Amino acid sequence: MSVSVRIPTILRTYTGGNAEVSGEGATLRDVLAKLDSDYPGIGARILDESGKIRRFVNVYVGEEDVRFAEGLDTPAPDGTQISIIPAVAGG
Amino acid sequence: MSHDFGPAVALSCRECGARYPLGPSFACLECFGPLEAAYEFGNVTRADIESGPANIWRYRSLLPVPADVATKPNMNPGWTKLVKAGNLGQALGLKSLYVKDDSGNPTHSFKDRVVAIAVEAARTFGFHTLSCSSTGNLAGAVTAAAARAGLDACVFIPANLEAAKIAMARVFGGKLIGIEGTYDEVNRFCSELIGDPLGDKWGFVNVNLRPYYAEGSKTLAYEIAEQLGWRLPEQIIIPIASGSQLTKIDKGFKELVALGLVEDTPYKIFGAQAAGCSPVSTAYKAGHDVVQPVKPDTIAKSLAIGNPADGPYVLDIARRTGGAVEDVTDPEIVAAIKLLASTEGIFAETAGGVTVGVLKKLAESGRLDPEAETVVLNTGDGLKTLDAITGDDAKPTAVIRPSLDAFRAAV
Ligand SMILES: Cc1ncc(COP(=O)(O)O)c(C=O)c1O
Ligand SMILES: [Zn+2]
Repeated sequence: MSVSVRIPTILRTYTGGNAEVSGEGATLRDVLAKLDSDYPGIGARILDESGKIRRFVNVYVGEEDVRFAEGLDTPAPDGTQISIIPAVAGG
Repeated sequence: MSHDFGPAVALSCRECGARYPLGPSFACLECFGPLEAAYEFGNVTRADIESGPANIWRYRSLLPVPADVATKPNMNPGWTKLVKAGNLGQALGLKSLYVKDDSGNPTHSFKDRVVAIAVEAARTFGFHTLSCSSTGNLAGAVTAAAARAGLDACVFIPANLEAAKIAMARVFGGKLIGIEGTYDEVNRFCSELIGDPLGDKWGFVNVNLRPYYAEGSKTLAYEIAEQLGWRLPEQIIIPIASGSQLTKIDKGFKELVALGLVEDTPYKIFGAQAAGCSPVSTAYKAGHDVVQPVKPDTIAKSLAIGNPADGPYVLDIARRTGGAVEDVTDPEIVAAIKLLASTEGIFAETAGGVTVGVLKKLAESGRLDPEAETVVLNTGDGLKTLDAITGDDAKPTAVIRPSLDAFRAAV
């Protein structure tokens, strides 16, 4: 299953400057694992030592913040867009 | 090229301490943690500050701004009134209560403080357009400041905001884009725009300029302490949207102590949310140190951030200082707006209803020391959220013909 992953500016050093890369996997967890094998090191920037999404990272599958869905187990159907975005305060 | 940010010397990661040069960056490359300004303060004295202008620039030696900041075109916010609130204090059984009334700022909310710092950073970095994601007040503060600074503006809001906030953001010129969605969706949109060529040379005050912007909230702490006669308040009630303001008021108090400008006396920080958007209060009550996001539904639209980035820091601060985080319902917010208005002659927006409502709730449940010096923030103006006042409250007491008989019959 193929999805597209939007990469925030601060991680584009891993993707050769690309803002969007293609990914694969049944769930967000699988997509991130594949992403890390394509772009070694990027996974540890998104997940902490215990394998959880870092405190200051927001991940969206489609329109939904995965904290509202099933976290890393959120399904990633074919053609979805996944976005990785640093949390930012102040409204 | 080196930028002049006065006493600020670097950006440092609040999570892991990694340091970066002062630039338009906001997230740590190591851990995604928020970057904040780090300083090497000179010798700052009360006399220096007191001889400064009656606005936030009296504290320029404590802010990431050049020494000549006051000479540049900006809104000169701050030095708002600290109102001794004897009547409200009496109504709530609090002996020494003050309202820090930030509705007195140029665009009628505390946001002018943060935006003024961001404008300086935007100028320094050579940005041509000032932008933000806003729950309402920030949009107006940004478009006004951009007009005065001679920058372009393009700001983003949830499309369903109060009419007054929309008109206020429009009147200063620039573009105002309503997004079909919540603030959190607007914020996400802006984060994506920043990494796109479309957003090149744009200063998003609360995204890529956030390390500078956020420091503006420290001036609330400085002013309150100075206005109390160079003393820290013992209890303070602060609204929470993203939690940035609360976090920076704590930082401001700590700096005053570290610089010897006030005595090191204990203070308790209480955070206030609307029940319809209370992710931080919920986490506080559950004893959690992470915040589960929510989808907001409250009349306090200016505080309707369901995924508050500084939430974990607010929890730390409330617990460390012996304060708390509490929330009040929409009817309690409206009642609190009316209570503040009828006791002190201050018309607060819904965010002020939230803080005063929480003040009342804490006082009534015995969680405030009635003898202690207490400050409650009003961060915005009631004229921007008129829809909160409805029914009989929004009508004259009576409508009569201009005759004494009619008046006698009506009262
Ligand atoms: C009137 C008012 N008060 C308080 C806040 C809270 O700000 P923060 O995001 O710093 O918690 C806001 C934010 O938009 C606001 O508009
Ligand atoms: Zn870090």
